[in-house]
Amino acid sequence: MKNKRILAIETSCDETSAAVIENGDTILSNIVASQIKSHQRFGGVVPEIASRHHVEQITLIIEEAMQEANVTYDDLDAVAVTEGPGLVGALLIGVNAAKAVAFAHGLPLISVNHITGHIFANQLVNKMAFPLLALVVSGGHTELIYMESEETFEIIGETRDDAAGEAYDKIGRVLGVPYPGGKHIDEMAHKGEDTYHFPRAMINEDHYDFSFSGLKSSFINTVHNAKQKGEDINELNLATSFQTAVVDVLVTKTIRAVKEKGVKQLVLAGGVAANKGLREALTTKVAEELPDLDLLIPPLSLCGDNAAMIGAAAFVKLDNQDFATMALNGTPGLAVS
Amino acid sequence: MKILGIDTSNQTMTVALVENNSLIAEKTINIKRNHSIQLMPAIETLFKEVNWTPNELSRIVVAKGPGSYTGVRIGVTVAKTLAFSLNIDLVGISSLKVLAANGERLPGSYIVPLFDARRSNVFTGLYRYEEGVLVQVEEDTHLPIETVVDYLNDLQAPIQFIGEDRLLHSETIKKIGKDRLIQLPLDRHLPRASTLVMLGMNEEPDDRHLFEPEYIKLAEAEQKWMEAHPNRQQGGGWIEKY
Repeated sequence: MKNKRILAIETSCDETSAAVIENGDTILSNIVASQIKSHQRFGGVVPEIASRHHVEQITLIIEEAMQEANVTYDDLDAVAVTEGPGLVGALLIGVNAAKAVAFAHGLPLISVNHITGHIFANQLVNKMAFPLLALVVSGGHTELIYMESEETFEIIGETRDDAAGEAYDKIGRVLGVPYPGGKHIDEMAHKGEDTYHFPRAMINEDHYDFSFSGLKSSFINTVHNAKQKGEDINELNLATSFQTAVVDVLVTKTIRAVKEKGVKQLVLAGGVAANKGLREALTTKVAEELPDLDLLIPPLSLCGDNAAMIGAAAFVKLDNQDFATMALNGTPGLAVS
Repeated sequence: MKILGIDTSNQTMTVALVENNSLIAEKTINIKRNHSIQLMPAIETLFKEVNWTPNELSRIVVAKGPGSYTGVRIGVTVAKTLAFSLNIDLVGISSLKVLAANGERLPGSYIVPLFDARRSNVFTGLYRYEEGVLVQVEEDTHLPIETVVDYLNDLQAPIQFIGEDRLLHSETIKKIGKDRLIQLPLDRHLPRASTLVMLGMNEEPDDRHLFEPEYIKLAEAEQKWMEAHPNRQQGGGWIEKY
């Protein structure tokens, strides 16, 4: 059988990325240009600046991905791109670049949901097996998604307020760590103890939704009160207490959902999948309570936004000949489907 | 020599196909629509209608701004990606110059193209025809309309305002006085991609990878950051590759 290859493009937030994926599971190249240093100046992603950087980078990154994969346009079977969710101005750069490449070389165009992409990052590590449950955790998302097959997505739980990664960034600001805060808090959390016992919202409730804004407020109030009273605060213990509370809720509810749904596989996905505390806790808990469950955790390089995962997800649509037209647009609030 | 012209820098979307100095097809739409949805289908349809294929192109000319940031980026992204992936020439032309080219070739008269930039500001430039050639007198800029009108008043020469957005500022523009304001026919106030191609067909090509929109203005957050960090270098070094 002839090898199939997809050129994939991802520009949904602050990373410009292009990748070439073969047969849905092999990375020929995966180039990621991060704008983090630029946005650190502002303490968070500024959409207009993100869009400007994407235009500067887009053709350079596509060229590098093609060169590293050692392919020409004739070797490609389709061009895939993130349609959403994400920042609209940022999405538009990838979408219009992908449409231009597809038109120029008569290639089919495939639109990919960013969240689906995060889940399919796992396909690049190990074969996905269905039914599966995906825990998607990032700066914009906290979702438990049940997949009966590779084409069906049922959100069985999601955050009712802040995404887990968003809460990390916000408390990171309170502790004065550089943006994005998650990585720094994770490091600090490994050096302290859970002495503050923050609330675990909705941990025992009879549904799979999450809430992190109460935890965030509790954290901020603790810091402010201590400062007002002139009391010492132990930043390492604060970080550990915060992270333990987040991880506790995520792991507990995920394990319960796995048991109820009886899935073959549990996959972790999204930027916060890079969090060491979460990876360790989930691995330990699965080993203890569900030793037969197949747990997939993507390598760190595939946790953050990248085009390889978009290419992997696009193969489902390539197989179904489910192509987009030249009228494809960026859709900032695109739902998983 | 087949050339594609693209201008989506403001409300008007205009696309043209030009071959050997003659206009083959042109589509210009002037209603509020989404360029991201409309541009590629418009290009695809024009190619089909005239039976061209993308690999026959030898050059793309694009209006590079100023204008709506998002609009400019859509045109520039499509143009630079097409040019890069087809390995053909890319030329960027000021969006204001495209409008200015619609001006009347009157000796001694200044042509002032403008786009509204909100809060009583405009993107504008100063042009004039000298012996049939469009010449830029002052660089494209972003200014309060009041400042522009005061400056033009001092020039003591006939002025042609071009662009639909002139109507948004007609009260201020009136200060120049009827005898010095030249009214142009309505069809002159829209950019035309055919004009854009004519302006760019013999220009030196730009670097496809490094090509970016001409925003004229920094993003607001960056402007504030620059003011707070006057000694830090501007731009560059912000992107890290993994």
